[in-house]
Amino acid sequence: MLNSSLLQLGAALRSKKISSVELTQLYLHRITALNSKLNAYITVNEEMSLVQARAADVQLAQSKTHALTGIPIAQKDIFCAMGWRTTCGSKMLSNFIAPYDAHVIEQFNRVGAVNLGKTNMDEFAMGSSNETSYFGTVKNPWNRNAVPGGSSGGSAAAVSARLCAAATGTDTGGSIRQPAALCGISGLKPTYGVVSRYGMIAFASSLDQAGPMARSAEDLALLLNVMAGFDERDSTSLQRETEDYARDLNKPLNGLRIGLPKEFFAAGLSADVTQAIEASIAEYKKLGASVVDISLPNSRLSIPVYYVLAPAEASSNLSRYDGVRYGYRAPEYTSLADMYEKSRAQGFGEEVKRRIMIGTYVLSHGYYDAYYLQAQKIRRLIAQDFVEAFKRCDVIMGPTTPTTAFNLAEKNDDPVQMYLSDIYTIAVNLAGLPGMSIPAGFGGNGLPVGLQIIGNYFDEARMLNVAHQYQQVTDWHTRTPQHIEV
Amino acid sequence: MSLSINDVYKVARLARLGMTEQEAQTAHTQLLNIFSLIAEMQAVDTNGIAPMSHAQDISQRLREDVVTEHNQRELFQAAAPQIKKGLYLVPQVIE
Repeated sequence: MLNSSLLQLGAALRSKKISSVELTQLYLHRITALNSKLNAYITVNEEMSLVQARAADVQLAQSKTHALTGIPIAQKDIFCAMGWRTTCGSKMLSNFIAPYDAHVIEQFNRVGAVNLGKTNMDEFAMGSSNETSYFGTVKNPWNRNAVPGGSSGGSAAAVSARLCAAATGTDTGGSIRQPAALCGISGLKPTYGVVSRYGMIAFASSLDQAGPMARSAEDLALLLNVMAGFDERDSTSLQRETEDYARDLNKPLNGLRIGLPKEFFAAGLSADVTQAIEASIAEYKKLGASVVDISLPNSRLSIPVYYVLAPAEASSNLSRYDGVRYGYRAPEYTSLADMYEKSRAQGFGEEVKRRIMIGTYVLSHGYYDAYYLQAQKIRRLIAQDFVEAFKRCDVIMGPTTPTTAFNLAEKNDDPVQMYLSDIYTIAVNLAGLPGMSIPAGFGGNGLPVGLQIIGNYFDEARMLNVAHQYQQVTDWHTRTPQHIEV
Repeated sequence: MSLSINDVYKVARLARLGMTEQEAQTAHTQLLNIFSLIAEMQAVDTNGIAPMSHAQDISQRLREDVVTEHNQRELFQAAAPQIKKGLYLVPQVIE
């Protein structure tokens, strides 16, 4: 059951081989047994999950079902879910019970999926290793001395260790793709605007985008079908025709043109990752694809641009945490200003404060043009590189990360080194393009390697097709961590 | 880039982040490193390039000016650190 696809689980539920309550309990028992080793979940609430599972069983009995009815899904703790503690990995929200549902949560509730719990994450999604969480580091199921990646590290670890059927994540600079790569699972960040940000705690609003994390491209397609959709409560949500993201899964790849950006294979990429990516490109050639050399000359600027734009937007978004209406308030203070300063100093962790400082500085008087505006202009240059590249290819491929998972605490003391680990993912967010990561083998240390697939705007169905066809002829996505009993 | 320790204090005050002397010094060192990473951006010629804030270059959507939310004061105030008679309590600001 644990290695079944979402389609197989749905079939088992509809044919009454298993009930949603039984399936939910199966995962809850695994979480009880294994979460202390991995720390993938911040909040589990058996009672609330089982209420949803029972309701799903009623729906299943009446045959009023959707593909995901009764299936237990782990939700990143960035999504407000009514009645659930929603912390965003922060002390600031450690006691916050969400009074409403995010659009993504509404969408899953609408089809009768079960919320299995809230997964661990870097504080306010700021991090690449899940080490900035107030609730402790998540461990990589493949090697518990290694990081799971971040910020959606809890979701990635939970999918990898079979502590849920599938999960959600959010990706501002790589936070779905990088942990998916490091934990050996599949993850998709859709085109900006495809999934509503309503009720998703804001980090950098012009870059934040939610997406699915699962074991296969086929599972991702089913999840995206539920998550995507117009929502008037998010002013950047796009009004588009509803699409079936699974419609092209079985198309052959004959004639597919794969763009390989030379910048993604330059210095800094480790030898074992290079080897795994080259082997997967060779596999694509066997499937009928051809390779085109392309260049993304401005992609080297994506890290500096991102570390102006994202902190600037974060400093604005996080100004709402003032200890007045909700969230942490310092126990002692002498005045209103003192209350703000102490509540924020005590409620936010180091990385969050660092980014608020960067953001406040670049937006402060006299620096706006030199930093924020300049970064927005270069953002356009980076996006234009992709527009040019997609004139010559259908998808772009490369590594998701420069190395496999690094060790816990390895990059903790040096924020710049940590930032550089997102070198291949950030440009995609800046351009607003869809990107995904799928398992593509293992590095020298036995840890998973992720293949990144970048598509043109709104080309998710094709990317899922490209990923699915690879997963028909390889078995990397079916491998499970040795130390985790399945 | 010439970020001084006094700039760090000034930014911390703007951001309403309380900071000890030692925290400010650590922040100073780290911010200098981060801004040296960002500095690469300054050399790029962006004359005539329009700033990009949204990938689809859409304009802000407008909606009818109608009430969409009903009063849920009790539910929302359940998360408040301190309330009294339906009001949020903060330290006195006016003598």
